[in-house]
Amino acid sequence: MNDLPKDDAWLARPSSIRLLWKVLWGVLALTVAAQLVIKIKGYFGIDDWFAFGAVYGFLACVAMVLVAKGLGYLLKRDENYYAAEDERD
Amino acid sequence: MTEFLPPALILLAGAILIGPLRGHLRSAVVLVAPLLTLWAVWQVPDGVVTTAPFLDYVIEPVEGSPLRRLFATIFALMAFVGGLYAFRQAKWYELAAGYAYAAGAVGVSFAGDLITLFIFWEMMALFSTVVVWAGGTPAARAAGIRYAIMHLLGGIILKVGIEGVVVHTGSIDIQPMLATNFDTWMVLIGILINAAAPPISAWLADAYPESSPTGSVFLSAFTTKTAVLALILLFPGEPVLIWVGIYMVMYGIIYALLENDARRILAYSIVNQVGFMVCAIGIGTQMALNGAAAHAFAHIIYKALLFMSAGVVVYRTGKSKCTDLGGLFRTMPLTTICGIIGALSISSFPLTSGFTTKSMISEAAIGEGLVLIYMLLTAASAGVFLHAGIKFPWFVFFQKDSGLRPKDAPWNMAAAMVIFAALCILIGIFPEPFYQFLPYTTDYVAYKPGKVLFYLQLLLFSGLAFFLLLPLMRRTLTISLDFDWLWRVLFYRAGGALLRILAGIGSAIEAGIRAWVSSLRDVARRHLGFVESNRDYGIFARTWQIGTTALWIAILLSVYVLTYFIS
Repeated sequence: MNDLPKDDAWLARPSSIRLLWKVLWGVLALTVAAQLVIKIKGYFGIDDWFAFGAVYGFLACVAMVLVAKGLGYLLKRDENYYAAEDERD
Repeated sequence: MTEFLPPALILLAGAILIGPLRGHLRSAVVLVAPLLTLWAVWQVPDGVVTTAPFLDYVIEPVEGSPLRRLFATIFALMAFVGGLYAFRQAKWYELAAGYAYAAGAVGVSFAGDLITLFIFWEMMALFSTVVVWAGGTPAARAAGIRYAIMHLLGGIILKVGIEGVVVHTGSIDIQPMLATNFDTWMVLIGILINAAAPPISAWLADAYPESSPTGSVFLSAFTTKTAVLALILLFPGEPVLIWVGIYMVMYGIIYALLENDARRILAYSIVNQVGFMVCAIGIGTQMALNGAAAHAFAHIIYKALLFMSAGVVVYRTGKSKCTDLGGLFRTMPLTTICGIIGALSISSFPLTSGFTTKSMISEAAIGEGLVLIYMLLTAASAGVFLHAGIKFPWFVFFQKDSGLRPKDAPWNMAAAMVIFAALCILIGIFPEPFYQFLPYTTDYVAYKPGKVLFYLQLLLFSGLAFFLLLPLMRRTLTISLDFDWLWRVLFYRAGGALLRILAGIGSAIEAGIRAWVSSLRDVARRHLGFVESNRDYGIFARTWQIGTTALWIAILLSVYVLTYFIS
C-alpha cells in the first residue's frame, strides 16, 4: 500500500477509479432492476413507470446544470468584481 | 401567573460571563450554560407560564408548546455543540456574541407575544452582526455592515407590521394570520427577510462565508430557522409561501452550482433547504407543518456539520475555494467522513436524518393534490444531491490533488462533528422516537420499500449526472451576481451619477454667478474705479477742479434750500 510516495492513496489510483465506475454502473443497474421486484407506488399516473425515478433524477440534474451554465454567462463576474466596483470612485 | 424565567436568560448569562472569565472557568461556562438551558427548556410546560406588564401591555415572555420546545431544544443543543467546536479556537468575543445570538433564538422560541418576539429578534440581529465581524478581515467588516443594514431594515419592517397589527386588532398575541392587509404583509416581509427569501437572499451568502471558521457554524443555525418558526406560528397555510419556497429551493441549487467558494456553496444550500420548509408552511396541513418543523431540526444538525467540516478545512489550510482545495481525504479522514455524512443527510439519502424529515414535506404536497409542487420538490431533491451532496465533498476532499496535507481536526472540533454526525444517522435510522416531539401527533412511516427504491434511483442517477457533466462544472474564479447587485452597484452608480449631475448644475450656476460678478466689476471699474496706469480714470474717479466742486456744492445747497421753502 505504501510503496508509491505521492499517489499512494488507494482512492487516487486510476485502477481503483475504474473499479469504482464499474461499481457505480452496477449499483445503478441494480436500483433499476429492483423495480421488477419492489413495486413503487405512483401518485399521479406516470411516476410508477419503470425507472421513472432514475430518468427523472438524471434529466432534472442535466436541466439544472444547463440552466446554471446559461445563467452563469449572465451572472458570473470576476471574484474581485465588488472590490473593483468600490474603487471606481 | 407562575413566575418562570425565560430559559434564554441562562444562555444570556453564560454569554455575559464568557468575557470576564478566563481559562478553564470560561470553558466550563461555554460547555455548561447550553446544557442548563436545555434542561430549562424541558421544564417549560404547555401554555403561557410567565406574564409581565410592559407599557400598557401584558407581555408573555414564556409560552410553551411542543413546537416551541422542539425549536428551543435544537437551538440550545446547537449552542452546546457549536460551543464545543469553537471554545479552544474562537476569540472570546465571538463566543460571547454567538451565545447571546443563540439566547435570542431560544427567546424567540418561547415568545408568547409579538413584543417579546421583536425584542429577541433584534437581539439576534445585533449579536449575529458581531459574529460576522469577528471574522476579522476587511471583507468581514464590510459584509457585516451590509448584513446589519439588511437586518435592521428587516427589523423596522417587522416593527411597522407589529405596530399595525397591535393597533388594529388590539392584541399582541402570537396567533395564526394570513397576509391580507398592509400590517400582516409587513410582518410577513419582515420575517421573510430573515428567512433569506427572494429578493432579499443575497445577505446570507454574502455574510456567512466571511465569518471565522467557527462563526459560520453559529450563523448557519439560528436566523433562518427562527424565521421558519415564526412563519409556522404566524402564517401557517399562507399560499404565497408555497411559491416563495419553490423559488428559494431552485435559487439555492442554481447559485450553489455556479459557486467556487466551499462555504458559499453551503450558504446557498441553506436558502435551498429553508425553501423546502417555507413551501411546507405554505401547504399548511398538519403533516406539512410537522415536516417543516422536523426538517428544520434535522437541517440545523447536518448544516452545522457541513459548516464544521468546511470550517476545519479553512482552519487548517486557510483556503475555502474549490479551485485551491482537493485531495484532502488523504490526511483528513474524519473531517471527510463527517462532511460526507452531512452531505448525504442534506441530500435526504435513506438512513440519514434528511430522508426521514424531508419526505414528510413531499408527502404533504401529495396529500393536498399539489402534483406540480411535488414534482418540483422531487426534482429539487435530485438537485440538492447535485450541488451539496456530491459537489461539496467532491471538490473539497477529492477532485484533484491540491498538494495540501493538512492535519485532521483538533479534538474538540472532531468531537463536535462526531456528535452531530451520529445524530444525523440516529434520526435517519430510528425516526419514530423523534417524531413524538413534533407539534402534531403522527403515525408517519418513513421507510416503505417502494419509496426508498424511488429515492435511490432518483439520487444515484443524479450522482451519475454529476460525474458525466463534470466538464461543464469546471470551477472558475468567479462570483455570481444577485439582486443585491441592484443596491450595491446600480443604485450606487445611479446615486453617483445623480451627484455628478447635481455637481455639474452647481458648478454651472457658480460659473454664471462668477461671470456676472466679473462683468459687474468691469462696469464698476469703467465708471467708478481707476486703473493702475493712473490715466484711464472712470467717470467718478477723475479729479475735479476745486472751482467745479464748489460750484456743484453751491447748486446742491440752493436746491435744498429752495425745496425746504417750497414745501
